[in-house]
Amino acid sequence: MSLVVENVWKEYGDQTVLERLNFEVPTGEFCALVGPSGCGKTTFLRMLLAMEQPTRGKILLDGKPLPEEPGPDRGIVFQRYSVFPHLTVLENVMLGLEFERSPLVTRFFGAERRRAMGEARSCIASVGLEHAIEKYPAELSGGMQQRLAIAQTLVRRPKILLLDEPFGALDPGTKAQMHDLLLKLWQEEGMTVFMITHDLSEGFHLATRVLSFDKVRRDPQAPNAYGATIVYDLPLDDKEQRKPIIERWRHQLAERQSQFVRAGI
Amino acid sequence: MTRRLINRHPSAGSALILGALPFILLALAYVFFSATRLADNPDDKLLPAVSQMVDTAVRMATQPDQRSGNVLLWADTYASLKRLFLGLSVSTLVALVAGVAIGLVPYVRAWVAPVVGVISLVPPMAILPILFITFGLDELSKVMLIIIGITPFMIRDMAARVAEMPSELLIKAQTLGASTWQIVTRVIVPQILPRLFDSLRLQLGTAWLFLISAEAIAATEGLGYRIFLVRRYLAMDVILPYVAWITLLAFLMDFGLRKLNTTAFPWLTRRAG
Repeated sequence: MSLVVENVWKEYGDQTVLERLNFEVPTGEFCALVGPSGCGKTTFLRMLLAMEQPTRGKILLDGKPLPEEPGPDRGIVFQRYSVFPHLTVLENVMLGLEFERSPLVTRFFGAERRRAMGEARSCIASVGLEHAIEKYPAELSGGMQQRLAIAQTLVRRPKILLLDEPFGALDPGTKAQMHDLLLKLWQEEGMTVFMITHDLSEGFHLATRVLSFDKVRRDPQAPNAYGATIVYDLPLDDKEQRKPIIERWRHQLAERQSQFVRAGI
Repeated sequence: MTRRLINRHPSAGSALILGALPFILLALAYVFFSATRLADNPDDKLLPAVSQMVDTAVRMATQPDQRSGNVLLWADTYASLKRLFLGLSVSTLVALVAGVAIGLVPYVRAWVAPVVGVISLVPPMAILPILFITFGLDELSKVMLIIIGITPFMIRDMAARVAEMPSELLIKAQTLGASTWQIVTRVIVPQILPRLFDSLRLQLGTAWLFLISAEAIAATEGLGYRIFLVRRYLAMDVILPYVAWITLLAFLMDFGLRKLNTTAFPWLTRRAG
């Protein structure tokens, strides 16, 4: 899904958190959101989830206004509390399928159950958790829990994947494994990814574009008067993965323009 | 250097001895004072000898009462437990439904939470006369006293537990496409059930309190009724075994609920090994 952010502001009373956000993200782009703590990266992510609404401006998904509540088109992996503690690994991943296909009892039986289990198993295998399928989240290490959170999100095939410092609490070795895994899944699924990270090198390593949030205007008398905005928008054009994304984007833009021309606008 | 007091732990054996010590001391003190009083006055009723209590308890548990033909201990136990279980089941069910609704749905919270908060502050014993007047003197008013006495607190407890659940889990469920109903049945209720049983466990003492109070005032059978009936004859040989029996029943319920929580919800206790 492509994303258009048009002059978005977020204010809480007198306090401005975000201001003048203007950018466009093509389908398939991997955006890293970086910046100091408290500069509104998470607020922006929450707006993409529709947990919060912008106070000014608008956000468009594929040209349509963002839905007003969270939905299966936008998946999320939080740093913590991303998986359901009362379900095993398999049940955690199956849950998304049950929500989708069994609205009333939210459980599968017979052949439908076997088919869903097969789907869930292959999803679990793609994050390398097939040996822990019967375990509860409390029995998993931090890295395994985040793998589970990713598998659980991917089983619904979201068009946009939101990651809020997903690897912040992991050790360097596990982090590197998770990077490889995330890149592989992103390439396979063709999702648009927004990932908050405090680790600049992580951002530059993974992303095809780095969005840096910070305050540009400061009033010492009223520290809350101005919000953060995007101070650097760095496309990493030298990355191989970015070329097809941009190519597709240009193609889409050209098509849209020719539609306008044909419509006589 | 010696360790701080908070860092010194008794061994398993000494913990057992320490735990048993108060029981042994209480028992010894009772036997001593009972024997002293009985030596002064063999007809003393205040601290009957252990042997007399055992005789009375065996009689209450095995021989039918001359007037009613019932074996009193079992008839009383059955009557009391029936009221207690009825009251507890209704309270638990209401607390689960209302607590989840209040904790999860903002409209229900705005609508119901204030009235539940106020009702929970009405002293239930103060409205016992109202219950007797409206529901009559038979079973219903006693069960109602238990329900009114413990339900508001259980509702508030459940609502608080639901509300304090990490919001990430609710968001996550929505991003997986869950409806409100699916969130309730698959995310909230399964995680809240152990808390519900904990809440119930903590309310057991209160429930017994209201049961015995109601039975003391108006009943024809029941553990509380019996204790207050024989009080007129200073029949400590009946009262003390009854109190011990009630304590045992309460302990078994508490123990059962705790066991239920550890066996029915394995995810609560499993840890990374």
